Amino acid sequence: MADIAVSRAGTMNGAKGRSSLHRLMQRKSTIAFLMALPLILVIALLVAYPAAYSVYLATLNKSMERFVGFGNFTFLFGRETFWLVVKQSCLFAITAVIFKALIGFVVAHFVHNIPTKGQRKWRGMLLVPWVIPPAMSTLAWLWLFDPSYSAFNWILWQFGIDPIPWTGNGSWARFSVILVNIWIGAPFFMIMYLAALKSVPEQLYEAAAIDGATWWQRIWYVTLPMMRNIIAITALFSLIVTFANFDIVRILTAGGPIDYTHIFATWAFRVGIESGDIPLGATVSLFMVPILAVAAVFILRDISQRGNEA
Amino acid sequence: MTVVTADNAAVAARPKYGSITKSRRWALRWSYFFLILFAIFFLTPPVYMFITSLKTSAEISAATNPWWVSNPTLSNYIELLTQNQYLVFFRNSAIVSVCVVAITMVISVLAAFALARMKFWGSATLATGVFLTYLIPETLLFIPLFKTFAFIRDALDIELMNHWWTLIILYPTLTVPFCTWIMIGYFASIPKELDEAALIDGATWGQTLTKIFIPVALPGIIAATIFAFTVSWAQFLYPLAFTTSTDQLVLPVGIVTTLIKGDVFNWGQIMTGALLGAAPPLIIYAFLMDYYIAGLTAGATKG
Repeated sequence: MADIAVSRAGTMNGAKGRSSLHRLMQRKSTIAFLMALPLILVIALLVAYPAAYSVYLATLNKSMERFVGFGNFTFLFGRETFWLVVKQSCLFAITAVIFKALIGFVVAHFVHNIPTKGQRKWRGMLLVPWVIPPAMSTLAWLWLFDPSYSAFNWILWQFGIDPIPWTGNGSWARFSVILVNIWIGAPFFMIMYLAALKSVPEQLYEAAAIDGATWWQRIWYVTLPMMRNIIAITALFSLIVTFANFDIVRILTAGGPIDYTHIFATWAFRVGIESGDIPLGATVSLFMVPILAVAAVFILRDISQRGNEA
Repeated sequence: MTVVTADNAAVAARPKYGSITKSRRWALRWSYFFLILFAIFFLTPPVYMFITSLKTSAEISAATNPWWVSNPTLSNYIELLTQNQYLVFFRNSAIVSVCVVAITMVISVLAAFALARMKFWGSATLATGVFLTYLIPETLLFIPLFKTFAFIRDALDIELMNHWWTLIILYPTLTVPFCTWIMIGYFASIPKELDEAALIDGATWGQTLTKIFIPVALPGIIAATIFAFTVSWAQFLYPLAFTTSTDQLVLPVGIVTTLIKGDVFNWGQIMTGALLGAAPPLIIYAFLMDYYIAGLTAGATKG
């Protein structure tokens, strides 16, 4: 307070206009810095520091007493489970994102098609999977997939189809994990695409209709180019979230059967926390960084591009 | 259905382009057909949760139609809500979420104001940094944080592990970056003339923030608050890694670890617990849907 008063007095005197103005600017930036300080502390202490620390941890041995350099990395490269995890993480993320995007796109179109009055109701209903905490809805799926009481198998049984081992067999467990992923994520795409569809000018469609474009041509030559940015950025966001996902696999299969559904996050938890090999767990989770970094670069590029356009 | 016919009538009333009208009507029918299919897909799990929550264990294990309740009962709800353990989970979740929301909003509104309006050295870099932090998932941070907490215990004799309040320290890493990011977007969209006028009238920066920016950007603040709440309510990994005793657990982890006893699944209670746990976000969503969706789309479209 006293500081401000002194500075005010300086401005009043106006003896040295330039330097007091300079001080004023300095004061403003000081206040701004102080206002941003809690944010800086949170980022530095709880995000940047742990991230850097995990790189250091990855170079230690299990008891964390000895420096082993790339020892953990080479150890992982020699393990079959690790390659399984790499394969599954990529498979899950890519398949799930593609289907989320497709379903989101299709559903957004249908919602956009119906009269405006009803859109709110449908949109509200279709976003429910995204609103329920994933841990809770995955429990519902776990129950739907239950080996002895599966409600899906009951329906199949009515049609005379043999029960499906939803979480019991490697391939089916993978399918189930991806299915739950899609179920949770598709509504998010739907909302984003719906917002994008609303921003496409109606005149473009009218022009296309006059030119005799079919519905497919309208989508391909009008809708998609207009939505390209949103499609890309939503897919990238979702790729990051799906790739780093933990809840779904952990609750649905806990990585099983025989590691056939482990992804980086769940395996890192298994190795690092449950088996107590913190350095190896940190190493596993670090393997997520390259893909996250690539996605982040693309998102940032897109955002700065749009910043320039505006 | 009435909506459909009303709209059809309106379309038919339009005189020109007969064939377009017809194809439009078919497009509408197909749209409703597929929307109903997708709605079934999207709503099956929550509906099934509700169905199961009304059943007794005996009915669940009987070989009857799982999609039908023959003897609806509220016993699962009564049992859970009179059970001290579940109420403790609920209380922990509620306290953690409310505190995290408060901390998040204070930190991110102050920081967003500083970053959007009061440029300082490195503020542009910091804004990008905030966004990058948002892209770092918690699955990358929990192991080093776990180790750091062990280190703090050894060095300073402060036990951070296995306390629900530790989560209040951890959750802001998930909420603050995104909330700051969307608040920067909302604040940047406020016309400069507004705060310049205030500054000329002699308002301090604090007054400009509380009297102009917060009221004008209120929709954004509500959206960010909803986001912070839903994220902290739903978080699963941090409580799973950092809390273990049953009286320190929050809802998601509490339901998963305590209601599943060994291989015995009490599904009626699990589904009831999960449904009640999903209720707060669903209720907020039901009442504030527009703000919820604004917050969702702001992350990628603003900036």
